[in-house]
Order: sequence, then C-alpha cells, then structure tokens
Amino acid sequence: MRSLSLEVIRGKAWKFGDNVDTDVILPGKYLILTDPHEIAKHAMEGIAPGFSSKISKGDVIVAGRNFGCGSSREHAPIALKYAGIGAVVAKSFARIFFRNSINVGLPVAECPEAFERVEEGDLVEVDLANGVFRDLTKGFELKITPYPEFLMDILKSGGLVQVLKKRFGRHG
Amino acid sequence: MTISEKILARASGKERVEPGEYVNAKIDLAMFHDLTGPLTLKVLEEVGFDKPWDPEKIVVVFDHQVPAESVKTAELHKILRSYVKKAGIRKFYDVGRGGIAHQVLVEDGLAQPGMLIVGADSHTCTYGAVGAFATGIGSTEMAAAMLTGELWFKVPETISFKVIGHLGRGVYAKDVILHIIGEIGVDGALYKAAEFTGPVVERMDIGERMVLTNMAVEMGAKTGIVNPDDKTISYVTQRASLRYSPVRSDPDAQYYSIVEVDASALEPQVACPHSVDNVKPVSEVEGVPIDQVFIGSCTNGRLEDLEVAAKILSGRKVHSNTRLIVIPASQKVYLEALRRGIVETIVKAGGVVANPNCGPCLGGHMGLLADGEKALSTSNRNFVGRMGSPKAEIYLASPATAAATAIEGCIADPRKYLR
Repeated sequence: MRSLSLEVIRGKAWKFGDNVDTDVILPGKYLILTDPHEIAKHAMEGIAPGFSSKISKGDVIVAGRNFGCGSSREHAPIALKYAGIGAVVAKSFARIFFRNSINVGLPVAECPEAFERVEEGDLVEVDLANGVFRDLTKGFELKITPYPEFLMDILKSGGLVQVLKKRFGRHG
Repeated sequence: MTISEKILARASGKERVEPGEYVNAKIDLAMFHDLTGPLTLKVLEEVGFDKPWDPEKIVVVFDHQVPAESVKTAELHKILRSYVKKAGIRKFYDVGRGGIAHQVLVEDGLAQPGMLIVGADSHTCTYGAVGAFATGIGSTEMAAAMLTGELWFKVPETISFKVIGHLGRGVYAKDVILHIIGEIGVDGALYKAAEFTGPVVERMDIGERMVLTNMAVEMGAKTGIVNPDDKTISYVTQRASLRYSPVRSDPDAQYYSIVEVDASALEPQVACPHSVDNVKPVSEVEGVPIDQVFIGSCTNGRLEDLEVAAKILSGRKVHSNTRLIVIPASQKVYLEALRRGIVETIVKAGGVVANPNCGPCLGGHMGLLADGEKALSTSNRNFVGRMGSPKAEIYLASPATAAATAIEGCIADPRKYLR
C-alpha cells in the first residue's frame, strides 16, 4: 500500500495548451459522481472527448501555463489519475489543482520548457526523485522545479489520505 | 507586512512571515458544500476516523444542486445531512435555510476580519471582502482541515490593485474586476494575494467588494482581500461579535507589484468566450444575439444586483428571442427582493425567478445551454462547457448590462436605461 520511493513514470506525451480549466478536465454535470472509475470515463471530455479510452497507463500530459485553473473540484485530478495519466507536466499550474493533485497522488511537475520541445506522441519520462523530465524520443532532458520535502513525502505516501490514515486511522 | 502576511503569521503562531515561506496555520473556519462534501466524507471514511477537531468551526451549505434535481443528488444530500448531525455541526444550511455559501457566510457574520478561512470551493476567496484571508482547497484537504484544524500554506506575494477615480453611470465593481482580469490575464496573479485598495474600493460597500474578491481566483490569485475599515466593522458587528481585532496592511508593506486602475475611464465591460480575460468594452460587442441571460451567482446575486436589474426591467419586457433567469444569492436576499417588489418587476417583465442556489453558473443543475446557444451571465466563468453544451458560448457582464441585454435580446449598453 505504501510506496516509499517515487518510481519513474514513463509514457506517451499528450499535449494541451495554456489555461486548461477544470471544467473541461471534468465537466460540472459529472460532479455528482463519487466513484473514481466512473469519474475517469469523462476525463478531458470538455476538450478531447474519448480521451480516457485513448490513453495508456502511465501516459503523460504536457501542457502550457496555468493548467487546472478554475474550480476547486478534486474530481479533475481524480479523473486524470484513474484514467491512467501517470503525471502532468506543465509550464505552471493553478494552485488548487496543484495541491489537489499531490493530495490524490497524481504527480505534477512544473517544467517551463517541456511544452515547446515535446511533440505529441513522444515517449517521455518524469523522474520526480531526481527532478528530471526526459524526452526519450528526442533524447533530451530538462530540470523539474523542485518542491518542498513535505510535499514529496505526501506523494511518496501515495497521497494525503494515506498520511491521514497513518495519523488518525485504526491500525492493524 | 501586508494584511495577508499578518493573518498567516498570527494563524501560524509567528511574529512575522515572508513571502515564499511555508507555514502550518490554524484554520478559523472551514466550509464545504453539497458537491465537494461527498468526496470529503469518502476520505474520512477511508481514513477510518471522522470526528472533526471542532464542529463549531465547520460550516456546511447546500447550494450547488438545490433542491436535489436527481435521485443521485438526493442521496448525496442525505449522506451529508446524516454526517452533519452525527458530527454535531450546527452551522448547517440545508435547502431553504441559507443560499449560496459565499453569500451566507458573509451575510451571517461567520466570515470575519483577520480570520483564516478555507473552503472546498474555489470562490472561497470572496470572504476577503471583510478582511479575512480565505482560499479554496480540495475535498481531501478539507478532510485534513476537519481532522487536524490546520493546513500548510505558502505565504503568497501580494499584488496591490489600486482603483482610483470614479465609477461612471452604469459601471460597477463587476466592470472593474473584468477590466483588471482582461489587463493582467487569467494567470496574471497566479499564487499571489490580490489586495484591492484605493478610493473607489474604499467607497464600495461590502457587497461590491465581494465582487472584486470573488473573481480574484479568475486571475489565478490565492485570495482576494480588502483591508477592513469602519464599513467592514460596522457590517460584521451588526451580525456577530468580532473574534479578532482587525488587521490592515502596514504603510511600508512590500508588494510584488502595484497596479493602478483608473475607474473613471471605464465603460461597461464584457468578458467574451471562452476566457475570463477576453474582455472588451460593451461598445465592441453590442448587438451580439443572446439566447439566455442569467443574473445571479456568488458574484452578482445580491440585493443591489437584483435591484439595478429590476430598475432597468421595470415597465419593460424581456425580448421574445431571449429568456431571463434570475436567482437571488440567499434566502435573505430573496425575501428582501420580494418585499421591495423586485421579484414582481422581474416576473412581470417575463423573467423567471428561481430559488437561491448556484443555478446555471456551473452547468450542473438548471438553466443549461444547448449546442450553439449564447448566454450572457453575471457569474464568474465562461469556460467551454461551463453552463451546459461545450458548443455554447458564454459572455460575462454586470447585472445592469445583463438586464439591458435581456430587454434587447442582444448584448446592450445599460447606460441608456439609467438616465
């Protein structure tokens, strides 16, 4: 249940532009869903219908500025995670989406140059432990903006729920 | 220090904090609603412990899908009600008891100067209008806040928006904030606190200030905030006793930048599809045919919003090609609008007045748009698919512009109706 190290995420790159909002990541009409697998079926439906059936586990979204802007709905990172997205790499993230992603255990990485250099379909790697993003198709690597240790710890634990479980949950 | 730094310092037990610093801060108030609450309860269930650290500091408001429009929603409401009872949460606003959370928390004096408030809703930043540091979080963090009473924060840098001059006829707080977002962009204040100052803001009442702070998140800000003054203190103390002595930014506070906005130069503003920063003066978009006008939401569903709409609609009819939906932000607003004849004026003009709730704003409940339709709304977001079909288009404007548009059936300048 508890992974103590962050594995390297490897998959195909899917590109999206600037200001991808949470309404297109998971439209409002699906907010009454609570089963993550049901939510995942509608990932990116507002901008790329059928997205969740096209992707393979571990694929990576490479986006522009302000990814995840708009509403605080945690359904958005849940949709991406359960659809199989391994990580989101963007020039910048909207802050609530950034926090939510780490809390639900979806790795997010700020890498300002990735968007311009990666092409859709490239095989890419996100190596959070070493702070590196790699494009294996094109053969280059870029630095990921590091985040504080306590956030890495939440990700390593598999999300905030696991941290809370450790503190408050019934053991055994 | 800025007001935001002072509040975060106090809440984290420090003398002072610097932008960029991470703090663990104690939460004064935590709010969740009927759409973000169910995921929070799921997390609590998974954790195996659901007793809140202090039920008196938790507020639960049903406002998004109210009253329940489907069996699925009815079931979610039922689960939330049963948790509220079990957890001993007394600040619970069920159907017919409150209205839109961001209106209710201010209106009832729960949001107060100097408080650190979190809410499982992005427009939680609205409470900055009364001098609180308030910001949106997700459902899992809400569970963490409920169990521990604290959360981590990165102390934001602050951008000061100084609004000078005078608002002209037919120009409102909504036009000011749309103009600001148009200038700075939807990520122009990313991770920052947006502090609104200057003579125009000082002259605004609390409701108008709420329009500014509400939309701070639309430029990426962590919060929008206004330094509390005599108006704030008088507003809050009429409703509750003050929990903290209010704090204000020091004269020598450090800002990331200071943006000066001359309100005198503004005409009514319209945010065009599909981005809140695609803002144009109304004169550039006049005449665009509109299928549906919506007046309401946590941005513009207050009494003064309905009042100006009624003033414009009085003795006139909604255009035959257009439908008008008006939703008061709270039961209190609704009742006062009834007393003042505002509801009657709107109904006589051919508008529909619905019960207080978020309505068409988030496209989950009522008043949705079909393929190819165009709406003009007083709410805060015009993203693709926000109000229904992804093939619909949404324009954002003030209640006055919305009312004028409803009459003409196409985007219209409200100033000619306000002579």
